[in-house]
Amino acid sequence: MPDKSRYALGYVLLIILLFALLAVSTVTGSVSLGELLSQKDQYTAEQIIKGIRLPRLIAAALLGGALSVSGFLLQTFFNNPIAGPFVLGISSGAKLTVALSMIFFLGRGIKISSAGLIFAAFAGSMLCMGLILLISGRVRSMSLLIICGVMIGYICSAITDFAVTFADDSNIVNLHNWSMGSFSGTGWGDVRTMALVVPAAVICAFLLSKPMGAYQLGETYAANMGVNVRRFRITLILLSGLLSACVTAFAGPISFVGVAAPHLIKSLFKTARPIVIIPACFLGGAVFCLFCDLIARTLLAPTELSISSVTAVFGAPIVIWLMLKRRKGAAK
Amino acid sequence: MTEKLLYTDNLSVGYSGRVVVGNVNIGLLPGRIVALIGPNGAGKSTILKTIARQLPPVSGRIFLEEKNLFSLPEVKLAKTMSILMTERPRPEMMTCFDIASAGRYPYTGWLGVLSEQDKAQVWRAMELTGVSDLAGRDFNLISDGQRQLVMLARAICQQPRILVLDEPTSFLDIRHKLSLLSIIKKLVNEQKIAVIMSLHELDLAQRIADTVVCVRNGAIDRSGTPGEIFSGGYIGRLFGVEQGSYNELFGVPELQPPAGEPGVFVISGGGRGIELFRRLQKQGLPFAVGILHENDVELPAAHALAADVITETAFEPIKKSTLERAMSVMEKCPKVICCLQSFGTLNDGNRLLFEMAKNQGKLTED
Repeated sequence: MPDKSRYALGYVLLIILLFALLAVSTVTGSVSLGELLSQKDQYTAEQIIKGIRLPRLIAAALLGGALSVSGFLLQTFFNNPIAGPFVLGISSGAKLTVALSMIFFLGRGIKISSAGLIFAAFAGSMLCMGLILLISGRVRSMSLLIICGVMIGYICSAITDFAVTFADDSNIVNLHNWSMGSFSGTGWGDVRTMALVVPAAVICAFLLSKPMGAYQLGETYAANMGVNVRRFRITLILLSGLLSACVTAFAGPISFVGVAAPHLIKSLFKTARPIVIIPACFLGGAVFCLFCDLIARTLLAPTELSISSVTAVFGAPIVIWLMLKRRKGAAK
Repeated sequence: MTEKLLYTDNLSVGYSGRVVVGNVNIGLLPGRIVALIGPNGAGKSTILKTIARQLPPVSGRIFLEEKNLFSLPEVKLAKTMSILMTERPRPEMMTCFDIASAGRYPYTGWLGVLSEQDKAQVWRAMELTGVSDLAGRDFNLISDGQRQLVMLARAICQQPRILVLDEPTSFLDIRHKLSLLSIIKKLVNEQKIAVIMSLHELDLAQRIADTVVCVRNGAIDRSGTPGEIFSGGYIGRLFGVEQGSYNELFGVPELQPPAGEPGVFVISGGGRGIELFRRLQKQGLPFAVGILHENDVELPAAHALAADVITETAFEPIKKSTLERAMSVMEKCPKVICCLQSFGTLNDGNRLLFEMAKNQGKLTED
């Protein structure tokens, strides 16, 4: 079947890209490969690769994949290709609660564990999700819902900025970097936590492929085919919230990956069947974020760009294009 | 009588406790079609949604094979009942085959991978509805009629014993309306599926349904065979028709006749005048028709549109009294149009009318 060879080709391409990017990213940076090799002090070279670059790369890959899958789940949920954790304000909600809890605990000299951070982010994302769901019950138009999501995102960001401004000096540098979105400074401890949470959630999402496929035909038909729609919707929301919360907890809000990566993957595979697309979305998100992180680190090295500005440059045009395409489809 | 597959017991349907239609008692038999008709907003869709378990009843119960519908396991229900509702999916990047194969959901494993048998079922359903050549096309890029047939294929490969359809023919052209209903009829006859559907096209409801259920003013107003429902001017009352009329025998609507005294007398018969009646109606000219035998094909149109119709008993020659009545009506009309080219023996009265009009110089060419 030509479909199957297309899928196989797509996967091979994604895996090659993933490993190529991992390899390139490992050896490029403010300290170049030549410098690393010529380093008299092999210990420092090892430190740079092992202690700084590798955890960062793994984090970028895992979190990128998480964002992308989270976006795909939301797109299925709202039956809208433009939905994603960032555009719906969910990432910003998570950012707000993480910032608040950081300020609260760090101000009292308590260090929060990475699981605690995820929990705070999850609470925030669920809060915003609840708001979005309330609004979605009232507005029929998807564009309107997206606008509401963007507004919620701005409100959360504003409150976060406010809180950060008044935080203790010692916290500000840390918080400021994080609230812009960045993979820098990720340690092995964090990587261990995300390596537990992200794959688990993605596997759960993959196991939901079947009802998700039915749900793509709309709630009415899904229910008729035997999907427990209520339970399914709740699971979907929890999973996508957990995934995006995990990203925000460790790397801050990262824009547009949740929309751009699934869209590129769907176009590459020419299908939206969850069983094919969910693993591909994970790989695609990983590739996308590794690529953007590489640019963020190297473009103006040694100054580092925030990851969100890079993903926005590549992601936002895709969102605009999707909106225009959808408009054209609706007018037809 | 066969056992009822599904029946409702004093069912009240509605939204959030507010009753839209009360006291619903409907039974579905294998191999039979029930059609719901009634004015817009009467609650036909609400009844269908409740029967399809998409909406909880306000009160009363529904039984599927003697078991409470709302306590059946999801998969059991999915294997027994499939639906075709007015909501059209707008999926992203899904082919028609993808859409149709979704109907295999209750039969596939935990990842939903289609087996060869599943695929064969999907192909069979798509062939039955005549859309197998669309299998690889994007569902969003085909016509409304084709989409509906793909959705029907989806419903069929779910292998239901009950099919619930909400206005399946609305927005389709006549070719697709007829092919959709023919497929449903075929399924019902061959596989003994029980069908309940709402229809806006009364003429089609009359032709396809075994039982017609009329919904009006929050209740089942009447139910029975098409013969019982489509008679005695009931349809006009059901819909509160005020302007124009509905011919129940043929299922044809006619507009209101022009008001006033007839200005044109039409000598006609055998269906030759129908086109002229419609033209006069459009121009707003009141007219009288004569002399029609009571079994004439154009009698219903004449009754619906003419100010006055002079008729004669079927198969009888035109009597003198009838002719005189026609003459007195024609007397008052300044214009006469004759649609007949020849007159038979039974129709000799019309020849006399024609000659009289000719002598009076009233005869006009159309």
